[in-house]
Amino acid sequence: MHPILDLRHRPAGALVGLALVAVALLVLPFVLTGIGTFWVRITNLAILFCLLALGLNIVVGFAGLLDLGYIAFYAVGAYVYALLASPHFDIHLPFWIILPIGAAVACLFGALLGAPTLKLRGDYLAIVTLGFGEIIRIFMNNLSQPVNITNGPQGISLIDPFRIGSFDFSKTQTIAGLTFTGPMKYYYLLLLVLIVVIAINLRLQDSRIGRAWEAIREDEVAARAMGINTRNMKLLAFAMGASFGGISGGMFSAIQGFISPESFILVESIMVLSMVVLGGMGNVWGVVIGAVLLSFVPEILRYTVEPAQKAIFGRMILDPEVIRMLLFGLALVLMMLFRPAGILPSALRKRELETRRNGR
Amino acid sequence: MAGDAATPLLALERLEVAYGGIQAVRGIDLFVGKGELVCLIGANGAGKTTTLKGITGLQPVSGGTVRYEGEDVTGAPAFQLVRRGLAMVPEGRGVFGGLTIEENLAMGAYTRKDRDGIRADIERVFALFPRLKERRRQTAGTLSGGEQQMLAIGRAMMSRPRLLLLDEPSMGLAPLMVQKVFETILAVSGEGVTILLIEQNAKLALEVSHRGYVMESGEVTLAGDAKELLHDPKIRAAYLGVGA
Repeated sequence: MHPILDLRHRPAGALVGLALVAVALLVLPFVLTGIGTFWVRITNLAILFCLLALGLNIVVGFAGLLDLGYIAFYAVGAYVYALLASPHFDIHLPFWIILPIGAAVACLFGALLGAPTLKLRGDYLAIVTLGFGEIIRIFMNNLSQPVNITNGPQGISLIDPFRIGSFDFSKTQTIAGLTFTGPMKYYYLLLLVLIVVIAINLRLQDSRIGRAWEAIREDEVAARAMGINTRNMKLLAFAMGASFGGISGGMFSAIQGFISPESFILVESIMVLSMVVLGGMGNVWGVVIGAVLLSFVPEILRYTVEPAQKAIFGRMILDPEVIRMLLFGLALVLMMLFRPAGILPSALRKRELETRRNGR
Repeated sequence: MAGDAATPLLALERLEVAYGGIQAVRGIDLFVGKGELVCLIGANGAGKTTTLKGITGLQPVSGGTVRYEGEDVTGAPAFQLVRRGLAMVPEGRGVFGGLTIEENLAMGAYTRKDRDGIRADIERVFALFPRLKERRRQTAGTLSGGEQQMLAIGRAMMSRPRLLLLDEPSMGLAPLMVQKVFETILAVSGEGVTILLIEQNAKLALEVSHRGYVMESGEVTLAGDAKELLHDPKIRAAYLGVGA
């Protein structure tokens, strides 16, 4: 069992720390609501990005397969949910049926992408996956004719929120004297899903499958000589990563209530990849940190850059959006210079980089 | 050992392997009996490594059969052969540079699930290669070429193979290191593992082997007792640089 999950053998201090983090995460939405409900929404999006980054980490971090079109699986999951729970086709299935369907469809697409690209590596794989991501987005954009399936660039609106009986995740409700807004309810659900996904990732890393991915990332021919079925293992990485993307997509659909192909552009794929690289490829906690940072920092900047400029110069000189990308680029360059293996690098990646730097 | 011709561990029958339109291996016959150390020697481009790739399914076979333990395994993928006790050390060693020596060895036992047995076998490999034991927590990428070759052989041993295929173990190594690697090959053979050794260094290969095959332009041109081949005037002229 992974040490993080092994509660029985942890010192009391660590247990107290864990309890404090748990309490903080439980109280967080109430604090954020005090500042503004939109911060809870931003937090929810950050958790969604954590899920995406963790899914991509399986493909890129564990198996070493560079995927530049990962957002396509998010799109597939989102559209599956939107089509099966909106007035568009007038189908309204409950979410616990659609989410597994979305995961399965995304998984299928993952295998579809994986199968023809099995022999590709590095740059070539990156190009094909990039193309795949664009193909999916363009399909979503154009599948409004001759039969209107995706409603084209207008997207799909009025998507059902999650509902269990009369419990509606989008409505404000008072339970035991506490007022829970829609975003707050989603927050707790997302947090639960995130914990489950983190646990799955940690277990995967230490499993036989994880070791097979490690070997494939290091040297594919040697991996085969170890008795590893490299074809199936690579397909499995693509399929598992895609399923996580599909589930996240479905939740995104329900939370936003509206989706269009514009949400799934290439920049989003690159954003998720940046989270993985920045946080530390292959390290589950690093990836979570990377995703949280890259989700929050731009939002914080958005709300501070404008007032700061007005206070100093008396007017707006630089558009917040421009500064955001500027700082983002700067941060990535600095990272590559000083912490090339990420904020919280996996022990293995660190060693790989050191070995390479020593010229062998 | 003359080789148990009745039930050879590995037998190639009229094996042909082609790269695109070029016939790199033109129907060769070869067998390796249980417990034997057999070498396949020849100049660069004679088709030795292609033969090995044909055996391990890394290159499609265009004709003939590969028999392992009497069964037809032609075209079977490498990972399945490993599970059946046929281990290979690929050309250029292919150690996992970012993993430690211990982790490399553990990866060699991927097909096994007996934890205690694996731990015992790691110690067995360390007993065979004391240099590796000293550096067990070092990454494989920091080892010298010769040490990497030893690690690659040790790692292949971790799957408890009945047959070990070695591809050019002396390649790119300093003479002193080549000597050391060949000593370890003899030690492994002494443990009862059957070995098919593919080698350019004909002299050393024939010195350690029981039998030898000589390959030229995709065909086996000579075969027989290693000691006799070593004294064959044709071999001495062509591969050992003596006479002519």
